[in-house]
Amino acid sequence: MAAPGERRIKILVAKIGLDGHDRGVRVVARALRDGGMEVIYAGLRQTPEMVAQAVLQEDADAVGVSMHNAAHMTLIPKLLRLLHERGMDHVLVTGGGILPPEDVAALKKLGCGELFLPGAPLDEVVRYVREEVQRRRGARP
Amino acid sequence: MAAMANGNGKNGGSGVERWKAQVEKARLRDADFTTLSGLEVPILAGPETLGPDWTPEEQLGWPGDFPYTRSVYPTQYRGRLWTMRQFSGFGSAQDTNARYKYLLAHGQNGLSVAFDMPTLMGYDSDDPLAEGEVGRCGVAVASLADMETLFDGIPVGQISTSMTINSPAAILWAMYLVNAEKRGVEVAKLEGTLQNDILKEFIAQKEYIYPPEPSLKLVVDTIEFGMKHVPKWHPVSISGYHIREAGSTAAQELAFTLADGFAYVEACIARGLPVDDFAPRLSFFWNAHSDFFEEIGKYRAARRIYAHVMKEKYGAKKPASMQMRFHTQTAGCSLTAQQPENNIVRTALQALSAVLGGTQSLHTNSMDETLALPTEKAVKIALRTQQIIAHETGVANTIDPLGGSWFVEHMTDRLEREAREYFRRIDALGGVVAGIEQGFFQKEIGQASFHYQRALESKRKTMVGVNEFVEPEPTGPAIDTLKIGQVTEDEQNARLRALRAQRDGAAVRRALDGLKRASSKGDNVMPALVEAVRAYATLGEMVDAMKATYGTYVEAAVI
Repeated sequence: MAAPGERRIKILVAKIGLDGHDRGVRVVARALRDGGMEVIYAGLRQTPEMVAQAVLQEDADAVGVSMHNAAHMTLIPKLLRLLHERGMDHVLVTGGGILPPEDVAALKKLGCGELFLPGAPLDEVVRYVREEVQRRRGARP
Repeated sequence: MAAMANGNGKNGGSGVERWKAQVEKARLRDADFTTLSGLEVPILAGPETLGPDWTPEEQLGWPGDFPYTRSVYPTQYRGRLWTMRQFSGFGSAQDTNARYKYLLAHGQNGLSVAFDMPTLMGYDSDDPLAEGEVGRCGVAVASLADMETLFDGIPVGQISTSMTINSPAAILWAMYLVNAEKRGVEVAKLEGTLQNDILKEFIAQKEYIYPPEPSLKLVVDTIEFGMKHVPKWHPVSISGYHIREAGSTAAQELAFTLADGFAYVEACIARGLPVDDFAPRLSFFWNAHSDFFEEIGKYRAARRIYAHVMKEKYGAKKPASMQMRFHTQTAGCSLTAQQPENNIVRTALQALSAVLGGTQSLHTNSMDETLALPTEKAVKIALRTQQIIAHETGVANTIDPLGGSWFVEHMTDRLEREAREYFRRIDALGGVVAGIEQGFFQKEIGQASFHYQRALESKRKTMVGVNEFVEPEPTGPAIDTLKIGQVTEDEQNARLRALRAQRDGAAVRRALDGLKRASSKGDNVMPALVEAVRAYATLGEMVDAMKATYGTYVEAAVI
């Protein structure tokens, strides 16, 4: 829960790409909401452009993407680039799905936050988003 | 326990009383004794668990005889083992063609095509929305030219081919048929299966293009066309697999899938097709999850319910119309990224439940599928798992070896009751399509998956390596994974551009106009699709031609 006087964490959650496997994203979205965050679920078949635009419009603290389509090495870097171009480097990009660990490491090097694999505990995901957003808020001038 | 209550022993009281007294006094483990789906399980099942009306004649019948609870075939695996059919496809049509030739050379006699996401969603490989997805989760097939490459040198007249494709199933099937015809193989002789189960896409997997009604119409078009021209083909594989993967319970998988099947039957009857002409070609596809007896009960209940409903509600007369034949795949969602080798064991046990439940064909998942598409080594272990079950364990020697087990019969009855309760609720909503439009299935499944996730978090349910018996994560990659590079997409797009430049543009336009006319008039679109495919129209062009009439579907995003 947000401390008194602290703005509630706002996170946009989306599936990017053509894949429709939404079990994970819906469960995580619900857990984030139950964890006290404002969750905007953008739904299926979002493009990086659509997500970056929505993050800007909503002034979200974080964006969570769910990927099971093996396109993560194309679409996540593109999302990071689009956010950067829009001056939103402070926005946490996190997510999860079917992701080889070496790809997770490569994406983190590009500035992506934590990416969770199948079996990750919901509480861990919620705690991570909360702590990381708070850390980033604290670091902003 | 009337039947067991006859032995008065030295210590006074009957056997059942002594046992109950001992259970009362005993300390039980602090554990959840419900099934994976949350059904209560008796500590012991006996004849009284089944109720007074239960008889083997009524509830089971003989193998190959109504209501087929034990088996649809009189000899089951003594006659023929299940088909070991591993699903595969990746990269370009050329890459996958090489993999198929390898599989056929190693004794596999059927193929199972995995298409990539753009193909599944009806986009050409060079569509902007396909960026990054070409060839990643399956093979890219954007036109007849790709289909020709995919099956080049493969004897399509002698093998059976299963194609996992739904929204654009009619189009990909037309490509397969035209390719065979061009190679001089009569389409009437072709054998195979289209998944083509659009209803479960709206319910679970979410790979839809058109709204439910026209999508259902397309399915009926393929069934009708198949009856007339491709009689050995299975035009629909009614699938619970994806419903379960989306987080449903076993009972929901059973109920929603059967309800989908009956919706297709009703749509075909409404078209004027006689039930005994199309029903023998319908087939099913189940998920083999981890709760051993719940799964076995599910398969047995599925056969029994289907037989009764086909006979009693839809008036089927032919035994083949009442026999549920099915494929099974082990549960991808049960696999863990943690300690991935443990997935081999999970898959083996799930596969065993499918065999004990009487499946006609089986796909076993590979241990690395929570991380990526499987490597060749992982696929081979998965196939060997089936061979060990078939040839070492002895379970295939006798039909329905668990039939008559009080507990297994109890689970079978229990799953049937749960499914029939769902049928009543679905009917009350106005049927499957109405239920989809009201978000009924999506909500039921979403709730079940959330509850299961919470049960894991609170450790009421256990996943080894995830919430118990956890090990520190290895620093490097735990196992090797398969990589598909960007080069596939670039080459595929170059080929597609070349095709568009070389083909007869006027012929393509004429064929696409014909397809538009057929769809707007409400005709069966299969003949027009065959013509468009022959002219090398692309997948995306054909999908778009029909969008003009059918429109598109967007689900309301709900958590």
